[in-house]
This record gives sequence, structure tokens and C-alpha cells, in this order.
Amino acid sequence: MRIARPRAAKAIVAALAIGMVATACASDRDESDSSGDSEVFVFGAAGDPAALDPSLASDGESFRVTRAAFETLLEHEPGGTELVPGLAREWSSNEEGTEWTFQLQEGVTFHDGAELTGEVVCQNFDRWYNWSGTYQNTTLSYYWQGVFGGFAENESENVPEPNYVGCEAPDELTATITVERPSANYPGGFSLQAFAIHSPDAIEAYAEDDASGSGENITFPAYSQEGGTVAGTGPFRITEWNKGNGEVTLERFDEYWGETKAGVDTLVFRTIPEESARRQELQAGDIHGYDLVAPADVRTLEDEGFQVPVRGVFNILYLGITQERQPALEDLQVRQAIAHALDRQNIVDTQLPEGGVQATQFIPDTVAGYSEDVQTYEYDPELAQSLLAEAGAEDLTLEFCYPTEVTRPYMPAPVDIYELLRADLEAVGVTVEPKPLTWNPDYQETTRSGGCDVYLLGWTGDFNDAYNFLGTWFDGYSQEWGFENEEIFDLLAEVSAEPDVATREAMYEEANVAIMDFLPGVPISSSPPSIAFSADVNPPTTSPLTQENFAEVSFK
Amino acid sequence: MLRLVVRRLLQLIPTLFGLSVLLFLWIHRLPGGPAWALLGERGDEASRRQIEEQLGLDEPLLVQYGRWLGRLVRLDLGNSVKTGQPVWEEFTLRFPATVELGLTALLFAVVIGIPLGYFAARRRGTWLDVAAVSGSLLGICVPVFFLAMILRSIFAVNLGWLPSGGRLTTGINATDVTGFAVLDGLLTGEFDASWDAIQHLILPGLALASIPLAVVVRITRASVLEVLSEDYVRTAESKGLRKSVVRGRHVLRNALLPVVTTVGLVTGSLLSGAVLTESAFSFGGIGSFIRQAISDRDYPVLMGFILFIALLYVLINLVVDLTYGLIDPRVRVN
Repeated sequence: MRIARPRAAKAIVAALAIGMVATACASDRDESDSSGDSEVFVFGAAGDPAALDPSLASDGESFRVTRAAFETLLEHEPGGTELVPGLAREWSSNEEGTEWTFQLQEGVTFHDGAELTGEVVCQNFDRWYNWSGTYQNTTLSYYWQGVFGGFAENESENVPEPNYVGCEAPDELTATITVERPSANYPGGFSLQAFAIHSPDAIEAYAEDDASGSGENITFPAYSQEGGTVAGTGPFRITEWNKGNGEVTLERFDEYWGETKAGVDTLVFRTIPEESARRQELQAGDIHGYDLVAPADVRTLEDEGFQVPVRGVFNILYLGITQERQPALEDLQVRQAIAHALDRQNIVDTQLPEGGVQATQFIPDTVAGYSEDVQTYEYDPELAQSLLAEAGAEDLTLEFCYPTEVTRPYMPAPVDIYELLRADLEAVGVTVEPKPLTWNPDYQETTRSGGCDVYLLGWTGDFNDAYNFLGTWFDGYSQEWGFENEEIFDLLAEVSAEPDVATREAMYEEANVAIMDFLPGVPISSSPPSIAFSADVNPPTTSPLTQENFAEVSFK
Repeated sequence: MLRLVVRRLLQLIPTLFGLSVLLFLWIHRLPGGPAWALLGERGDEASRRQIEEQLGLDEPLLVQYGRWLGRLVRLDLGNSVKTGQPVWEEFTLRFPATVELGLTALLFAVVIGIPLGYFAARRRGTWLDVAAVSGSLLGICVPVFFLAMILRSIFAVNLGWLPSGGRLTTGINATDVTGFAVLDGLLTGEFDASWDAIQHLILPGLALASIPLAVVVRITRASVLEVLSEDYVRTAESKGLRKSVVRGRHVLRNALLPVVTTVGLVTGSLLSGAVLTESAFSFGGIGSFIRQAISDRDYPVLMGFILFIALLYVLINLVVDLTYGLIDPRVRVN
């Protein structure tokens, strides 16, 4: 036995030594890391893209990738929300807002060598309009249906009526798109990545490789699931989607027509679902940047020398109220009491990253149509208590839904925000019954179907038109809000049909005043989602729309 | 032996059928549905109704089940609602990564666990025994995602010895032949890629091995202790047999039987354990795909995956039963 003891110890020491050698040998990995010493920029994405054809996608992770390779007729100014020329150098509409004419840039070449012309633009729009079968599934044509309605031949009564009429190319560098009715979706909708312009040759290739299936068996077309076929005009071209490794690779497009050529040879988007894993991969030098940094990590990362530039705000977090779920909530005084009870500035100060602001209405102050004249509801617990007493709702009980296991750009720490709001409500005598739900899909379904008295939700705008916010919530009755208010519904219907942008802005201001007088919910804050980069890169200009141009990235 | 294999495989049919019915009912009764998951924040009631109609989710459950079963008998698991790709293709694309990770974890569990458990039993009450028992308790208690964070923090962020996540370093030259990154590097002569893949396996492998390793250590220790007190061991020792013979033939071989059973069970559990580990390390296998499918309520993926796991469990247990005969001649498989 005495002999065996050192043998046992030796065996363990040997095992440990092997482990140490294995890891020590690995210590030279930094030197051999191919992403470290060449022009390969790796960005940590929170999820896989759904498709590499942006017209089939509706999620931010897809658009982050495709935005580097595809361009739209109109773009947003770097770092801002104003529309600026994209593939169209000029644009205009007729007085009715039903004909939109785009003068195209000269000398624009697609990744496959084709030239941009008015005919090509029309070919793109006609392709979407003529989609049939599986493509009429909302999963594949969400944005088309939202902005241009239905199709040449609708195949289901659930598909909306088409608003698109047609497209003509009077000359080589002009395209005119005609719609049936004016809408607040134009011209902002032309900046949506879903309407990025594809090469005509690529469109022909797509046709040979259509989406198929029915029922649960919808198959995305193969070309949208691999690099090589999709072709746009952007500063990068998509070359590979390695699904096993969760990586999409894009290479610099040397014939790019624009001024901002790609600053790195290769751009890689790597999927890292866990936020803490993204942070640690940045700290370990395995990636060069990532999005949706937890507010609690911002200071740590900055102290360690990482860059965490601040974005502008373009979102709204609100406390939703489902009026028809509880009679007391139909009383304006009760809703006002709730608004006065909430210390929203405290949430901005303690829960949001730098740049967060308290909201006074349901659009951020960066959106045209923001009104300085809305009724505001300052934090005043005593007033809240007296309003509740006047309304006879001193014993008000609210079922408060909040999401778990999620971080949203407008809501970086939902549980902590809920806790603060709960404490505020309880301080004025409201009994709160918590209802935590997993974000996807339980929370989405419960809140949208009116399953909570009050709840936390928000919105990030697609483009700078207030209808993109207000119309989303208040253009008609919904179970989520559970109220009927013809004044508000009519105002938004009128503004949506108004073709003149300046007139529309004035009407939005009026609508904002009416909405905040009625107080269907309590706008809480606008929050800039944080993005982080390693110290050795020149980061892109941050965008309030989270539409960073990765061509601006370069190594120092 | 052949009769046993055939009988076990035939038993699979009613087992899987019953499981599929229960699963189908259970999954479709979960709150929420794929329509909301697909729509996210941009969803509204009209869009939800449209998607549910288009996906056939508004039909009676019996009709939906019949359609799913009809496809299954044609060996078609359907398409992922989220990715729009055939479930089988999604599995085969990601399965090699999960197998590599599972084997690594199994290797850690067996190579470290059995000797550690054996020596802990032989040195009962010593520092080694105390360390093995308390260490295994810790391995069982610490949540995988927390362990992942600690391992990454030490070995990737602070020491910089190992990659913090992923399966291969971005940009490394690696040709995909079989889907098994380590093997592919060896087959194509891209040894750098093989070595890189091995480095990427160490931390997730350790995290995934934490529970199986702890279980193997404890079972081995208990089993060896039991065998050490058997009369035949004392007899063998008193006959003057060499200690190595007593330990190898009489103690270890007899003690291994429950260990093999345990290894079989933990092998199956490695697949379910991979769900958390792969997500924590962004390791692109089936596990992280399934985790996403759960939140997306991706019914076809979930049905396919759970049935696949069940099938694998049965097969692994069959292999374990067959292995008994090799380890202990007293056990006759029939």
C-alpha cells in the first residue's frame, strides 16, 4: 500500500501534466490566429440570419449581414435618421403621393458585373409583386405586405389588398413606381433593406431555385441559404454561409461604386447567442466587436480599453395598459395615476446606458412629428394617490407582465426595470401581481392578445416617419391596448393618407397631443443600444437605427 | 445475440409511436406558438392568423398529427418552421459537432473518472478520496452555464491559452469532408485545423463532462469499495497473487460492470447536456439549435430531436447490454 500511494499520485500528476501541456501548446494560438494579423474583421452577432436574400427576411440579424452587400434606393444619413440618396441620387413624388420617381446613380455595378438601370429596379419590384405560392406566406414577405400590401394575384383572403400598381423605366437611369394610395410608408419604406436592389442575373438564378412547400413544410430557397448566388451593389459581397460554425463571410467588392470602400478585406459575422459569451470572446480577442452590450458591462469594457460608442436613440419603451381587461383601467384618472406614480427618470438613471432619455410620448425626440406640447405626467406619488382616491380605485390590483431571459435594444434589463416600476406602484397603494413570462413566444402572445393588465414592451423604428411608431399601435382597435378612440384612429388614418411630408409632421404633432391626453399607456424611455469594439479597430459611425455601415471599419 | 438486437429494435416501434403521440400533444399544448416566434415584436393578430393558416396550425390536432406521421413513415421529419430547411438536413449538418463534443466529454469522464474513482476507493479516507468526493459533488452542483463562464474567463480571457467559443478559429483553412472537424483535418492533411478543432473542444468538453465525470467517479469509487470487501479478493490476495493481477482481474474488472452501465446512461445524457453547453460556447451543434427551436416553438424540429434522442438512448443501451458479455463472461446475452 505504501508503494502504491506515490504511484497514484504520479498518475494524477501525469494526467494533469498532459492537460497542462495540451493547454500550454495552445498558448501559441494567438500568434497563429488568422483573424488577428490579417484584414479579417469578426463581429459577434446574437443570432443566425434567416436568409441572405433581404427581401425574404424581417429580422435585424439578417439585415445586419445583408446591409453590407445590398443597397436600397434611399439610405439614412450616417449616424442619423434622415433619408439621403442611396442607389437613387434624387427622388420625388407627384402631388398625390402615388408616383415615386427615382433618378439612379451612374456607373453602379452589381457583384456579378451587371449594371444598375431603371429596368433593373422595376424588375426587382415586379418580382416581389408577382410572388405567388409560398412567397405569399408572411414568413417570407413580411415587409412587402406591410409596405406595399398584397400581390398581383392574392391566394388567400388573409393577404392584404395590393397597393403597388407598377413600375416603369422611362429612361436608362430612371424608375417610376406607382402605388394605388398614398401612405406614410413612402418614401421611408424605400430605405428598408427588404427592398434592396438585386442584380438582374441573380434574380434569374433565384427563379430556378424557388421556395417551395406548404403547411409546416415551407422551404426557404436554397440560394438564400448559401453564399455565391445573391448579388447586390454593396461594398462587400457575400461569399459563404457556414451554418455549422455559425459564420457568414463577406469579401471586399473592389468595383464598389460608392465613396466608402470596404476598409477590411474580409468581414465575418459570427453567431454567439449568449451575451456574456460575446463579451468574453471580445475580451479574449476572438472577435472585434459585438452588439447589445449589457449596460452593466459598459463601464468594465471601457476600463479595459474597449470602445463602446454611444448610439442615438430611435426606440421607445412603454408600459402598456390593456383597458378592457379591467374596468378601472378605462378610467382616465386611474391611467393618469399610474403615470404619475412611476419614477421614469430613475429608470433612465439606473438602468439605461449613457444617452438614454425619459420619454414624453410614443415616439423618440429624433423622429419628425415629435411634439413639445403634449401633456406630461411628472413623478408625483401624492398626486397619484389622490387621483386613485378620486377614481375610487384605492384598492387597485394590477397583473403586471414582464419578460424574462431577454435583452431588447429599448429594454436592456427587463426584470430590473419591472422591479423598479412595481415598487413605484406599490408605493401609491396599488397591489401588483407579477406575471413573468419567457419572451419568445409566451410573452409576445400574452401581451398582444390582451392577457395582462399592464406590461412592458417597446419598438425600434424602421425609418424616420412617426407612423412607423404610432400607426403600429394606434391605427385601430387591438386586443393589446383594448380601447376604442375614434378621434385617434381617424387622425392616424388621415395622416397616413397625407402625401405631403411637412403636412404629415404637423398632423403627427396633433396626434401625439391627442394620444398623450388619452394616455393609452405610459411611455417610459428611449435607450441607445450599446455596441462594443476592440481597441485596435476604427469603428463605424454608430446609427440610431442600428444600421452601421461596416465598410467604414478598418484596423488601426 | 442477433435475436436480442432484432427484439429490441422491434420494441422501438410501439415505444416511439407512444412517445410521438405524447410529445405531439404536449408540444402543441405549450403556450405560444411558432407564429409569434416568427413575428417577434412586429407581430399583430392578423399576421398571426395568416401564418397559422399558412402553416396549417389552425387545423385540428389530429389532422396535424396525421400529416406529421404520414411524413415520418416516409422518413421525412418535415421542415424547420424557423429556417425553412429540412429537419434531417439541419440535424446532419450539426450532428458531427455534437458527436465530437460528446466524445470529448466522454473521454474526460472515462479517462479521468475511472482512475480517480478507483484510486479514491483504494485510498479511502485520504486527501485524494476527500478531493475526489467533494470535487465530484461540485461537478454535479455547478450549473453548466456558470462553469462555462468561469472556464472561459480563466483559460480564454485571462490566460489566453484556449479559444473562448466556436468550433474553429475564424478564417482557418479547413476543408469540410465528413463534418467532423478533427477528423477532416487529419484526412486532408490540414493538421493545423485538427489541432485548432481540438483546442476548441477542450473547454466545452470539460464543461459538458462535469456531471458525467462526477457520476463516474462516485460510481467507480462505490463499486470498487464493494468489490474490495468481497471474499474472492481476500482469497486471491491470500493465495499470494501479484497485486497488479488482483487489482486488474479481480477488482477492477468486477467493479466495471455498474460503471459501464453508468457510462451508457451518461452518454445518452450528454446529448441533452449539449443543449446548454453548446449554447454557452457558441458551439454550432444540435444542442444550440434545439435550444433556439424551443424558444421558437419549432414543432417539427422538437419532435424530430426528441424522437432522435429516444432512438439513440435505446441503441446506446443495447450496446451497453452487449458490452456486459465482453466484460463479465458470467453474463450471457440472449
